[in-house]
Amino acid sequence: MDPLKLPPIDYGALLPMLILFGAACLGVLVEVAVPRRARNAVQLSLALIAVVAALVAVVLERGTRTITIGGAVAVDGPTLFLQGAILVLGGVSLMLIGERSVERGGAFVSEAAVTVGSQRDMQQTSGQPGATEVYPLSVFALGGMLLFVAANDLLTMFVALEVFSLPLYLLCALARRRRLLSQEAALKYFLLGSYASAFFLFGVAFIYGFAGGIQLGEVHEAVANPQRSEVLLYVGLGMVAIGLLFKAALAPFHVWTPDVYQGAPTPVTAFMAACTKVAAFGALLRVLYVAFEGVRWDFQPVLGGIAVLTMFIGAVLAVTQTDLKRLLAYSSIANAGYLMVGVLALNDEGLSSTMFYLVAYGFSVLAAFAIISLVRDPDGEATHLSKWAGIGRKSPLLAGVFTFILLAFAGIPLTSGFTSKFAVFGAAVEGGQTWLVIFGVITSMLLAFPYLRVVVLMWLSEPGESTPAVSIPGFLTSAVLALGVIVTVALGVVPAPLIELTRDAAEFVR
Amino acid sequence: MKDFPFLSVLTLLPLVGALVVAFIPRTKAELAKMVALGWSVLVLVLSVFMWVAWTVKGGERFQFRESYTWIPAWGANFTFAADGIALVMLMLIAILFPVVILASWNDVDQSTRSAPAYFALLLSFEFTMIGVFAAADIFLFYVFFEIMLIPMYFIIGSFGSGQKQYAAVKFFLYSLVGGLFMLASVVGLWVLGGKTFDFTELVKATASIDQNTARWLFLGFFVAFAIKAPFFPFHTWLPDSGGAAPAGAAALLVGVMDKVGTFGILRYCLSLFPEASRWFAPTAMALAVIGIIYAALLAVGQNDLKRLVSYTSIAHFGFIGIGIFAFTTQAGTGAVLYMVNHGLATGLLFIVVGMFVARRGSSLVSDFGGVGKLMPVLAGVLFFAGLASLALPGTAPFVSEFLVLIGTFSTNKGYAVVATLGIVLAAAYVLWMIQRTTQGTLNPALTEVPAMSKDITLREKVVVAPLIALLLVLGFYPKPVTDVINPAVEATMLDVGVKDPVPTVEAGGKVGG
Repeated sequence: MDPLKLPPIDYGALLPMLILFGAACLGVLVEVAVPRRARNAVQLSLALIAVVAALVAVVLERGTRTITIGGAVAVDGPTLFLQGAILVLGGVSLMLIGERSVERGGAFVSEAAVTVGSQRDMQQTSGQPGATEVYPLSVFALGGMLLFVAANDLLTMFVALEVFSLPLYLLCALARRRRLLSQEAALKYFLLGSYASAFFLFGVAFIYGFAGGIQLGEVHEAVANPQRSEVLLYVGLGMVAIGLLFKAALAPFHVWTPDVYQGAPTPVTAFMAACTKVAAFGALLRVLYVAFEGVRWDFQPVLGGIAVLTMFIGAVLAVTQTDLKRLLAYSSIANAGYLMVGVLALNDEGLSSTMFYLVAYGFSVLAAFAIISLVRDPDGEATHLSKWAGIGRKSPLLAGVFTFILLAFAGIPLTSGFTSKFAVFGAAVEGGQTWLVIFGVITSMLLAFPYLRVVVLMWLSEPGESTPAVSIPGFLTSAVLALGVIVTVALGVVPAPLIELTRDAAEFVR
Repeated sequence: MKDFPFLSVLTLLPLVGALVVAFIPRTKAELAKMVALGWSVLVLVLSVFMWVAWTVKGGERFQFRESYTWIPAWGANFTFAADGIALVMLMLIAILFPVVILASWNDVDQSTRSAPAYFALLLSFEFTMIGVFAAADIFLFYVFFEIMLIPMYFIIGSFGSGQKQYAAVKFFLYSLVGGLFMLASVVGLWVLGGKTFDFTELVKATASIDQNTARWLFLGFFVAFAIKAPFFPFHTWLPDSGGAAPAGAAALLVGVMDKVGTFGILRYCLSLFPEASRWFAPTAMALAVIGIIYAALLAVGQNDLKRLVSYTSIAHFGFIGIGIFAFTTQAGTGAVLYMVNHGLATGLLFIVVGMFVARRGSSLVSDFGGVGKLMPVLAGVLFFAGLASLALPGTAPFVSEFLVLIGTFSTNKGYAVVATLGIVLAAAYVLWMIQRTTQGTLNPALTEVPAMSKDITLREKVVVAPLIALLLVLGFYPKPVTDVINPAVEATMLDVGVKDPVPTVEAGGKVGG
């Protein structure tokens, strides 16, 4: 028997992930070593520095196209682009997570283990500084996402999936207000997420049975020249897809989304809506384009049906929502459908347009949740739609920004929402999926209605007694808002540079 | 002067003006109004220079062409170019906006709403209107086509009256639905046409698209334009919007914005999808004729002045529709001329109705009666506007309606005959409206409204004078306008691939010229 040899490792290519995991471990130590008062500042700076350093590493590695550590990780154009996107969006989310001035102590509970409604819980609600564990947890999640989009074999992908999911489950439970809702959301997310992971793992076993290997390249070979029963392939592909579709929140695996988006602390919701989407679609793109491209005729109609279903469910149910966070959750489900339209183009345009869409949507959605975190009444965030009536009269700037973001979601030109929709629709027509575009257009019409309803409510309704005051955003939230709006405008007016970037990146290594 | 970048400057100028006005504080409303008026006059002056610089004799179809790179990866450019049709529409816009701004001088209730915001919205609306007619790149056209909803949405929703929220949302959703159908077609056209958005290149490229696909693509564009115009049965948003919008904005809504629909059909549907246009023409003509009769009947029955004018507008768009789809140069020229004249006549009618409504505080016909005894001059202006609107010979709309009808008669006798009934109905709704509001015995309730005995003011005279003058001048001497329109229409008919029918009666000579 040959002695086990260490496969060659390209540390440069892995550097972004190593930085984040290292910083996250360091963050855990900070919890022990640094006094409570200083912890928030130290942790936030550490996390942001780590993200920036990882981003620098990604930029330095921009020319790398390699498969390393024994085929487990592929660093290529899409990997680097998506990692960059996750890091940028993650850094912005961290700023939201770090906001402490809008609400005393921040959006997070200080001791999550305290029983809800107890005497101690009352005390901690009234202004004890929030838990700082959220920073290492977020950085772990970010590291997992970076690995998720780079994973070149299905087991690594599974490990990465768990690495970024587990911190997210925890983060969901840490809301300062409405803690029961938050805990319920976390439990729901955890249970359903575990099922989805189990499906994924079971699917990997089937694929292994079919292909005799779990590396995406090997699966590709086996799909081209099948040696074993294709039932294994289809069952395996189906189960792996379920795991990924769950994370991407596509119907019928979307049911967790509204509850979790509503219950989770708003910065975490923003983080999930922006970064988890990128990670999930990054992995989905890689699996479908690299491993299963050979059976495209078999999965295209099925996933196409799922995309149509997703767009319809997202759009129709968004119409009926009365809570803004739930409305945005359904809107994010519908957007997952549009992203799927881009994915199913299964050509270079599909890849680049999906990546473009992910970045554009990520910034808009971060800005949207940042605004939601600002409209508060004594019970915390006022997310019920009725409370937003006439808010345009009280704070025109905030209402103006939110209107702009909603118009972007509705796909009005001169916003990134339009350019990204145009990009995925164009790719899909080119890839012969015109029917998806037609359904995409029809659902866009439906989806415009809920957005417009909010705009009407903000500007054209008279402010009522219960219209809450808008908090003055702290520096961090202001920065997030400004960034979100600037990027949404810029990608709508001058999208050319980012389009070029996605096009240059749009080639997988196999 | 030919080299001056007229179209891009003309497009951007109102946008800059809108930004300037938007930043004037709410307390300095008079200043905001003056700046807005001055700015729109500046746009008018520039447009006049452009009109002078236009080469009528032997000029190219598209003039003042400018192109700047925008998104090279998609082949989208900032391309501006005007043909004769676009040029006359741009002139109409440039004339109507200062008039409407002056007419809207006191429309904003200062206690609850911000006047600078209203005038900034009007100027930004002018920006989108000029852009949509000046664009010669389909991507750019689509961008303007969609964003023009936003200022109008806020004008109706924030500054309108009655069911303004309902009207604003209905307006927005109808237009957006149409726009999204068009988006699907634009994407399809872009992929099949070789990834370019340039109009002239696409006209060449679409020849190779197969017949069935082209018909679907045509339909996407047509639905968008039919909603915008609006044609029956896509018209239900217009009476609501026209009824709820402030009178000045309503004049722009039907006078300018709705023309985007008919302009779009002429420019994009016909030239890009000639076969599909010919195939759909009978359906489109039928819809147009139904619209003429149906909207006219509804107009007769209306008790709300603004809604009534909106319905007359739908009937007029039916005439424009048959003019376009008759596929003769005469009818086509008539249709374009109709677009201009309708903008002037209905614009005037809406503005005068607005003056009535502002005085009475109500737009219901039954709240008026015998107004001519109190305000003879203003009632006279309403009478003139009404006559122009029903196309009385001597006013400009007569020329266009006549051209459309004889142009249509030479190819589609049946439609032309039925459409002629619309003229009778037009007389009915206009004259009956005039009779119920300004003639007869004085409604006693009116004497209790002091504003009702204040006849036309100097400002209002300045508002209506240019429109009345233009309606009369173009009624007797339309040649300067038809000379500009004719070559563009001929080129469009060439794209469609139809020839004018040869006159069968040798001695009859050419009619209309």
